[in-house]
Amino acid sequence: MNDARPVSSFPLPSELTDVAGAENWASMYPYYTRFQPEDDQRFWFYNAMHFPEPMPAFDAVTAETPYTALGANTARMFVFPTTLGIEHRIVNGRVYITANPVTDPAEIQRRLALFSERAGHYYENWDELYQGWVTRITGLIDEVQRIEVPRLPEFEDADVIFQAKGVAQNHYLRENYHRLMDLYSKMWHHHSEFLMLGYGAYVVFFEFCKTSFPEIPDQDVARMVAGIDVILYRPDDELKKLAKLAVEYGVDDLFVEGCDPDKVLAALAARGDDGRRWLTALDDAREPWFNMSTGAGFYHHHRSWNDDLTVPFAALPRYVDQARRGELLDRPTEQLRAERERIAQEYRSLLSGEDEQAAFDQMLGLARAVFPFIEDHNFYCEHYFTTKFYGKVREFGELLRDQGVLADAEDVFQLSHTEVGQALTDVMLAWAAGTKPVGSTRVQDTVTERRRMLETLAGWSPPPALGPVPEALNDPAVRMLWGITAETIQAWSTPAVAGDHEVRGFAASPGVVEGTARVLLSANDIGQVREGEVLVCPVTAPSWGPVFGKIAAAVSDIGGTMSHAAIVAREYGLPAVVGTGHATKRITTGQRLRVDGDRGIVTILD
Amino acid sequence: MNTSPYVRRFAELRLADRPTVGGKGASLGELTFAGAPVPPGYVVTTAAFEAFLTALDPDGEIRTAIEALDAQDTETIARATAPVRERIEAAELPEGVAAAIRGHYRDLDSESDAPGEPAPVAVRSSATSEDAADASFAGLQDTYLWVRGEDSLIEHVRRCWASLYTVESVSYRRRLGLPEHDLAMAVVVQRMIDPRCAGVMFTRSPLTGDRSVVALEGSWGLGSALVGGDVTPDKYVVSKVTADICSRTVSEKLRQHRMDPSGSGVLEEDVPEYLRSEPCLSDEEIHELVRIGRQVESHYGTPQDIEWAISRNLVPGHNIFLLQSRPETVWSNREKTPVAAPKARAFDHVLSLLGGAGAGGGTS
Repeated sequence: MNDARPVSSFPLPSELTDVAGAENWASMYPYYTRFQPEDDQRFWFYNAMHFPEPMPAFDAVTAETPYTALGANTARMFVFPTTLGIEHRIVNGRVYITANPVTDPAEIQRRLALFSERAGHYYENWDELYQGWVTRITGLIDEVQRIEVPRLPEFEDADVIFQAKGVAQNHYLRENYHRLMDLYSKMWHHHSEFLMLGYGAYVVFFEFCKTSFPEIPDQDVARMVAGIDVILYRPDDELKKLAKLAVEYGVDDLFVEGCDPDKVLAALAARGDDGRRWLTALDDAREPWFNMSTGAGFYHHHRSWNDDLTVPFAALPRYVDQARRGELLDRPTEQLRAERERIAQEYRSLLSGEDEQAAFDQMLGLARAVFPFIEDHNFYCEHYFTTKFYGKVREFGELLRDQGVLADAEDVFQLSHTEVGQALTDVMLAWAAGTKPVGSTRVQDTVTERRRMLETLAGWSPPPALGPVPEALNDPAVRMLWGITAETIQAWSTPAVAGDHEVRGFAASPGVVEGTARVLLSANDIGQVREGEVLVCPVTAPSWGPVFGKIAAAVSDIGGTMSHAAIVAREYGLPAVVGTGHATKRITTGQRLRVDGDRGIVTILD
Repeated sequence: MNTSPYVRRFAELRLADRPTVGGKGASLGELTFAGAPVPPGYVVTTAAFEAFLTALDPDGEIRTAIEALDAQDTETIARATAPVRERIEAAELPEGVAAAIRGHYRDLDSESDAPGEPAPVAVRSSATSEDAADASFAGLQDTYLWVRGEDSLIEHVRRCWASLYTVESVSYRRRLGLPEHDLAMAVVVQRMIDPRCAGVMFTRSPLTGDRSVVALEGSWGLGSALVGGDVTPDKYVVSKVTADICSRTVSEKLRQHRMDPSGSGVLEEDVPEYLRSEPCLSDEEIHELVRIGRQVESHYGTPQDIEWAISRNLVPGHNIFLLQSRPETVWSNREKTPVAAPKARAFDHVLSLLGGAGAGGGTS
């Protein structure tokens, strides 16, 4: 089986051993997420972009559901000619994925015929279909918010009898929990609906630019396409608005570095009309704009701004300061728009003929048409919907706590989604029988054991990839989403030389700065970041926007052309190096770093 | 300012003046006209050479004798040309010619940045022949650096003229069968700059032909260290569109060529330890070079291959100079197949890519 392995390669899945002290990790996940013997023959890479931490049992649903939807979309709905779905496996709590290609030319042709017709329909009617999509997705968000967690009263309401409803509350435990999971699945289907087509249009433009201008920086291609009125910037814009209002209402003195949101809110309430007016403005901003996860929406513990005001309040003092000094806080959208046009026109004018210019116009036009979805779906799906979804799961957790199954509502996330279903059944039976759920001790022991295992697993360094390196890596989706290219693989498979003080990645945003490292493995620790530090993280998510006002530079393990870290860093004028593979392992908090965003090199100076 | 048919300042010249000032003089004139910061100077025209030669040899015997020589017979050429060079190097210049050269030198000297010392100039041959517009005389005639003072200048102009009659020059012309009476020589007199660093700039990538970037290479001291491959230069790639420095390689620069402080010749030496890994250009200088490079490119309407230098003595804002600019030829001459052509529907580009076709969507 090892015969086909190239000289410099990665461990095979079967060669990985269980992390000591967490040998029972596999019990947290469904059987179909385990590596199979035949998986040794395929190339897998660690999806640190979406899953940079060990997966709590429930959170594994954030791999299962998206890959259910994404694969259905490419393999079965649009019938992409060269790619089927993405498979995932979990080992030691980490998610590895592989893309399933179609290689038989006849099969590609057969699929192409269907794909042309189906994808063509979407491209031809993009704007109209996208408008419909926004309606559908906001409808789903409404639905998820309306889901009720049953109260399980001692006696049913009289209505149930006199209106002859005929169904008791314990039934709705299952129905509503399933409804919640079903809506989550639907959301991911809609998430995938435009995604791969959108990336396809972008990749075509990207490759055209790279062929015509071999040395064009990736970010320049993005700058020609990227939208200006992107709703992902909106939460940050709302913060700026609140900062201005704080100054206008004369309550700005309350916003200081390190302030405690609860204390600030209490102090505002005590400020009379001025304080109340600001609190009203805050409430207006919170729905929907504070439904921003501090992560990428794949972990229950990446709380949203609404759940934990620490993140938005950490950004406010700086904005308040700027507002006080009369600085313009608004994004200069007109200027950005003019700059975007100028850049596109200049590249266009450098092309060698009218034919190429006409092709450029077509591809740029299409890339711009698809981009509102590419940029905004993130807010609707990963942030807004997902925040509401976790909120509902927590409500079920509260019910399980109140029924004595769990010690803490938050423990619900230590059960897989099917185990949560079983625990609810336990409650349904007990309520009906007038007894106590039988699971209490058993479930709470499991929770304790899993919490402990997750802590142990967090110390494991997953190899960036597993299995034999394929000869060609030509999946445009993989390239765009994860920045995985033949070069990345090569860089990953070459281990760092001892005493080597450099970490190399992609030059994502230009400039060179020095600063002290702040290594954050979890987005929850975002409050630790101090002014002028270099953020070093597995992957930066768009919701980290406000922290970009504080940091001097950003470095990430994972990230490609489409990673928002690169775009946001540019927006804030900070150097960024992304896709380093293992910066968070090589760098420790407190080390002095030089981040060279021009060359994609991070130098450890200590 | 005196006007004379014997001398013309760069500012008065364009490419079309080639017959009277030679290729080098004409291109420095054109570059000056394009607004590039060329070190100031002037050209001693072919008319000056004609006046000189007519005074020296009113009957044209020298030219007749040279034209009769056999290109293969280098011994005879050597015997015939040695006395010609001696005569040229010993002869007085006609009064008008000498006065024009001296007068213009005094003008250059008055702009000296080291008052009290005569301005150092480079004296370069700029040969021309009506029948051989494309023939390259490069390397056959002399260049003298660091020439100071009027008398020395006159002497070196004579040496340039005399270099037309070296064995190599004459046998080259005889091989091509060029008529001697069409042949003339102009001499470029240009203020020397003592470069802190110097290098080349391509207004398209020499690596990929990408027209959206400017590629710069530079190292400490004179550009000869870089051109001669004596040093690994710093390399920068700058986007023309955004002005971002998209790649930056600061090399360890071990050797440098410097003007000899004694005032003549070139020193080749090790770069002091503390300077080796320092970038030789500041970001401001990079951006200013790129701005100038683009200006020259747009003046000529085609990508350029430029030599530049940054003065050790002058202050930022006045310290950048271009020494030469030629059209880029490698990529311009390469057959270019269009990357893509428009399709019936914009999304057909996507269909062909995701359908398994190659990059850029092809043209099918």
